[in-house]
Amino acid sequence: MKESKVKKYSYFGEVWRRLKKNKVAVVSLFVIVLIIIIALLAPVLAPHPYDQNNPSRSLEGPSSDFLLGTDRLGRDILSRLIYGSRQSLQMGFTAVIVAAAVGIFIGAIAGYFGGWVDNLLMRLLDIYQGIPMFLLTVTLAAVLGPSLRNAIIAIGVSMVPGNARFMRACILPVRDMEYIEAAQAVNASSTRVIIRHIIPNSIAPMIVSITMGLGMAVLAGAGLSFIGLGAQPPIAEWGAMVSDGRSYMRANPQLSIYPGMCIMITVLAFNLFGDGLRDALDPRLKT
Amino acid sequence: MIKYVIKRLLLFIPILLGISFVALIFIDMSPGDPARIIAGIEKQEWEVEKIREDLGLNDPLLIRYVKFIYGAVRGDFGTTYYTKRPVGPDMMQRFPYTLLIATASILLAVLIGIPLGIYAATHQYTWKDNTAILLSLIFVSVPAFWFALLLVQVFSVKLGWLPVSGIQSWTGWVLPTLSLALGYAAGLARQARSNMLEVIRQDFITTARAKGQSEVVIKYRHALKNACIPLILVVGGMYGSALGGALIAEVIFSVPGLGQYMLAGLTGRDYPVIQASVLFMSVIFCLVILLIDIAFAFIDPRIRSQYVRGRKRLKGDA
Amino acid sequence: MFELEDNDNILEIRDLVVQYHTDEAVIHAVNGVNLTVKKGETIGLVGETGAGKTTIARAILRILQTPPAKFCGGEIVFKGEDIMKKTEPEMRKIRGDQIAMIFQDPMTALNPIEKVGFQIAEAIGLHNNIKKTEAERRACEMLEMVGIPMERYNEYPNQFSGGMKQRVVIAMALACNPDLLLADEPTTALDVTIQAQVLEMMRALKDTLGTSMVMITHDLGVVANCCNSVAVIYAGEIVEYGTAEHIFDYAKHPYTIGLFGSLPKLDSTDRRLSPIKGLMPDPTNLPEGCRFHERCPVATDKCSAQPPSVVEVSEGHLVKCFLAEVME
Repeated sequence: MKESKVKKYSYFGEVWRRLKKNKVAVVSLFVIVLIIIIALLAPVLAPHPYDQNNPSRSLEGPSSDFLLGTDRLGRDILSRLIYGSRQSLQMGFTAVIVAAAVGIFIGAIAGYFGGWVDNLLMRLLDIYQGIPMFLLTVTLAAVLGPSLRNAIIAIGVSMVPGNARFMRACILPVRDMEYIEAAQAVNASSTRVIIRHIIPNSIAPMIVSITMGLGMAVLAGAGLSFIGLGAQPPIAEWGAMVSDGRSYMRANPQLSIYPGMCIMITVLAFNLFGDGLRDALDPRLKT
Repeated sequence: MIKYVIKRLLLFIPILLGISFVALIFIDMSPGDPARIIAGIEKQEWEVEKIREDLGLNDPLLIRYVKFIYGAVRGDFGTTYYTKRPVGPDMMQRFPYTLLIATASILLAVLIGIPLGIYAATHQYTWKDNTAILLSLIFVSVPAFWFALLLVQVFSVKLGWLPVSGIQSWTGWVLPTLSLALGYAAGLARQARSNMLEVIRQDFITTARAKGQSEVVIKYRHALKNACIPLILVVGGMYGSALGGALIAEVIFSVPGLGQYMLAGLTGRDYPVIQASVLFMSVIFCLVILLIDIAFAFIDPRIRSQYVRGRKRLKGDA
Repeated sequence: MFELEDNDNILEIRDLVVQYHTDEAVIHAVNGVNLTVKKGETIGLVGETGAGKTTIARAILRILQTPPAKFCGGEIVFKGEDIMKKTEPEMRKIRGDQIAMIFQDPMTALNPIEKVGFQIAEAIGLHNNIKKTEAERRACEMLEMVGIPMERYNEYPNQFSGGMKQRVVIAMALACNPDLLLADEPTTALDVTIQAQVLEMMRALKDTLGTSMVMITHDLGVVANCCNSVAVIYAGEIVEYGTAEHIFDYAKHPYTIGLFGSLPKLDSTDRRLSPIKGLMPDPTNLPEGCRFHERCPVATDKCSAQPPSVVEVSEGHLVKCFLAEVME
């Protein structure tokens, strides 16, 4: 008898293998990592401090001193762009993590227990979702007072209902699977069933949704800053920089164009990576 | 079917009550003091206290809630703190702008996005599909406010075709609508494409093929309908998001819409304005969602048939 | 007699090879299948899940998704003409009209948002040059024929139970009076009681209409019930072929014997069933020699070295096994 060949596959190993084959996903992951590195090393990479004013050299074009020129206050645009990555990533990641944690928690409880618990939670979410999402974000950011932290809270809170519903929808089919019944039959506690069995089995679509949420959160954060409800001056933030540049669109359009491109590249990278991840997690959907 | 509509309408009431309460809690959370803002820094504390009392800010939360609901039911949303004008008429004057921008951009998005997505799906594995995917991905990732500025730069500054801001004639609507629409169009295109690809793989498509049906009819009759029905719900959600998102277009193009009005209220801690506009926008949003859901139930036979009683006979068949 | 034979055969499959090409691997789904269906005959294709039965049926209709499916050789001769050489428009005229198919899962085989009546009338309208109302009238007749009141013409699939849906699928397949019916596990997704009803109905309809049928199943009961001859498929090859009587009473191939050994017998005193050990081989990596040797209880060294050839052990009873050669 020949020895039977058993290929060893771990689930995430398999996902990673498929992801590596997807060139677009790899490139976008590379871009994301690059942006993270830029954000972490901002003080080293930036040629000037982001808040150093040079009133005598305002609104200059590119030069050897200021590679991308200067803004109204004579601050180095390149340095501000580099520092801006910190704000965008911070808003994106923190808001999404907050939203995911709270959303998964609510969704898992609603989905697992069902009945009146589910009903109550869903009706509360109905109320939340009755307010158009961006209005909710704007209102929250405004009433909490404009700051980066409050913008993050506002974005995170507005994203909770979507995550909760998504998690609940992921759980419902898993809940009725036989292995859950099996676990309950051997007297495993609810918490254990939720954490050990239900969440791991419904997490794959959730991960995709969270990755897609990163792009959305970065966009929302930039939008808030653009209307003055996000990061406050002199902090360098891309959305705010676009807003600052508006008055100089005729003569110095690059003031607005560069930060906008930074936002776009970041969001695009997150979205592309999310797409790639979705295909890798669920090869059935890949076409 | 009527039962379904009535049920949905009844559900509407608690949601609106809830939203007004949430709006009130938000206001309660906010750190600023409108009385102090109105009074100015020089006024004495007792003067500020009087303003507070007059505005009803000292009432307990529940009393303020009941007062607001009582007023809102009669169409009275109070007066603004600063201009002392009634909020209701103010809103009604501004609302059409927001409504028009949101509606026009969603219509545009539907007209561009869905055909593009379907086209991409039916040309899978070709450069046409790849181009469509790339375009839609880029537009999904572009910040609307930045895109609006680019549009201004090209169409107003460089080409001089359209006004930079303000709405004097129809030309003023073009850029605000366009800046909002393209993001939604891209989102819809992505959704339409993936729905279509999903449907094409299903068994009943194979059944249609086994019947000898041609690919064109299979794609544009059997698959297209199935792919588009769920899109109705997506469009509904987008409409709500457009009502909120119009705010940015209003700011950039100086459109005197409800979004700007609300933003001014938010920054000035003008509570009646905040409360009324949050509620008002939410009512509109919920109404749209309701209409969409009803339309969906009518269009999707899986839901419709649950509400139809009795069996219709085939015409000319007895 | 011999000159007539060609006309007697409605379908002849010769050396059919179909593979699925994916990014990762090549799946050898069908590996050189030969099969003949005579007029009015019902032939059963029996085998485990994944043996390639459905692929054969879909290849006959040419409705395999290409890619990933790839036709690698052989011919499928239907009424004297090679289906593989036909153009797509010619094929469309055959599908649903001369060859029709009943699908495995009635839950997903019907378009959820079209009226069931329309879905039947669609097939009729496609292949008959008649008015819409006439097609609708015939669709009503078909509904009645499969035991569904025609009043339900305007209902949607979700208003039907599984068994009723399968009746609709059958009505759709029989709507144009096909010469050949491919039934892909038509009863697998149904309750046992409904299974019997549907089978009985199919048999009755087949007899009235004189249709030839390829019945794909893994249920030997279904085979005993309605097939004239049986082809046992293993890993994309026919390992044994013969009349139902040959297969049931004089099975020669160890795999066929194993299949029957997996069935409980009422008249037997055996305490245990004797299932076939092991699993179907990985179709991306089929074993050398006889595909079955790894699981075969009587395999010899020869079996892993070279593939056995087909032997006719008695008239019309073909076996692909070295054992049969010896016995002969």
